Amino acid sequence: MTASATRRVRVAEVENIAEGVKRFRLVDAQGGPLPAFSAGSHVIVTMHDGNGHTWKNAYSLTSAPGDMSGYEIGVLRTEVSRGGSHFMHDKVVAGTELEISEPVNLFPIVRTGRKHVLIAGGIGITPFLAMMKELSASAAEFELHYGVRSNARGAFCQYLTDTYGSRVKIYRDDLGEAIPLQKILSGQPLGTHMYVCGPSAMIDWALKTGRSAGWPVESLHSEKFNAPPPGNAFTVKLARSGRDILVAPQQSLLEALEANGVEAPYLCRGGACGQCETRVVSCSSTLEHNDHYLTTAEKAAGDKIMLCVSRASGGVLTLDL
Amino acid sequence: MLASDVKSRPVYPGLEPDLYAANNIVVCDRAGAAAVADMFAKADADFARRATVLLCTEEYPDAKAIELEIARLQPARTGAFPNVDATAAALGERLFRAQMGTRVYAAGAEPLIGSTVQRAMRFGIDQLSVRTEHRGSLKRRVQCVHCKGLTENVTVSPIKCSHCGLVLTVRDHYSRRHAAFIGVRVDAEVPGEIPEQVPFQ
Repeated sequence: MTASATRRVRVAEVENIAEGVKRFRLVDAQGGPLPAFSAGSHVIVTMHDGNGHTWKNAYSLTSAPGDMSGYEIGVLRTEVSRGGSHFMHDKVVAGTELEISEPVNLFPIVRTGRKHVLIAGGIGITPFLAMMKELSASAAEFELHYGVRSNARGAFCQYLTDTYGSRVKIYRDDLGEAIPLQKILSGQPLGTHMYVCGPSAMIDWALKTGRSAGWPVESLHSEKFNAPPPGNAFTVKLARSGRDILVAPQQSLLEALEANGVEAPYLCRGGACGQCETRVVSCSSTLEHNDHYLTTAEKAAGDKIMLCVSRASGGVLTLDL
Repeated sequence: MLASDVKSRPVYPGLEPDLYAANNIVVCDRAGAAAVADMFAKADADFARRATVLLCTEEYPDAKAIELEIARLQPARTGAFPNVDATAAALGERLFRAQMGTRVYAAGAEPLIGSTVQRAMRFGIDQLSVRTEHRGSLKRRVQCVHCKGLTENVTVSPIKCSHCGLVLTVRDHYSRRHAAFIGVRVDAEVPGEIPEQVPFQ
């Protein structure tokens, strides 16, 4: 499984589906079929702006898993953007060509589960769109609880209630509605799994609420792609090749390596999967771990770093690369 | 410590009370009951009050010893069952209408732990969600890959299949679905050439 193999796709449709959210349909640029994927998968979309700037963002596939004629993604125009989501919203139109990776699934449905409780916040709805298609096609029992800021900003609300009826509950922030998670989790039959996707604070809250309700960690699942937070500039020294590369404040470590032609491993680019784990030889400043892959103990030990989202607070970071 | 290079060989990390669970179901045999008592000692009495112990009594000498054990495990409610199959069936009855917030534990010999995990999995519980501790005998349940028959209480390898009579080498290769280790004919290459029996470590 490698995410460096990319394929050219053409944007077939763009649709405004909510305030700040667009749906894109991507088809193979040569007109061939795309690989089948499993619900919960994402692709890395590579965007080039023509001025030498490249963005790579992970987007969950929202279309039906069996549909090889095209992939659909839902993109939120984030307020604080590193450029990728603004580029998707402002520059990408029907006919634009993009590059995508092969689909990767870090958020699969547990098929031995007897029931599935899906908890979404905002744009965190996207992986569940594919999951619900698959769950309903296999007559599996599920329910979706979806928190949105308002009707105008809640993507796919109408589609979801039209398609899934009472299996979907929508909670609106602007009406003071909150997901009553404790109540939802109580009384669920044995073998139920909870899946949560949304902002970090929501994921932490949902996982904690699940454990407090006595759910085993094996029944609690989450996915969150962190955008790499900016920080101070620092130098990364590659121990094996002896090269020095400067990482700019707005650039991630992985992006700086790629911009200098260094092929580093990655899959999710969001601190989730662990593929880009790299050994730290030394660090003259402090490591800023922004992933949720390493354990607290591993982060404290300071001998590993996830290239995609984490960085050094300054000075020189020497890596085993 | 039961360890192996074979990835399917289960590991038993030890019993730890899940203080969040509303309902605890603990399956154990005579050796495992000591591990259960140790777990209860790590938590408060409320934890034991939320626990039901399903005790497999096949290794107790008499009814008196079973009564003493049940008294020792109080305030948990304890039910006594004559063998592993009856104990696993009793677990299934309790899981049938159980809700999330139910935690299953197993302590004792491997066939008992294996049967517990196998039963729990049928109700959608992840095998890693069952908290387990090995105590006592190293006996294994072995499935013959040739006739599919199960042979119980195996403590050495190779062993004669109790169904088809082939002499089997007992591998660390484990089937969670059958709750048994895999036995493969030992003298397939040279019939009659059978290595010396070695007890499990």
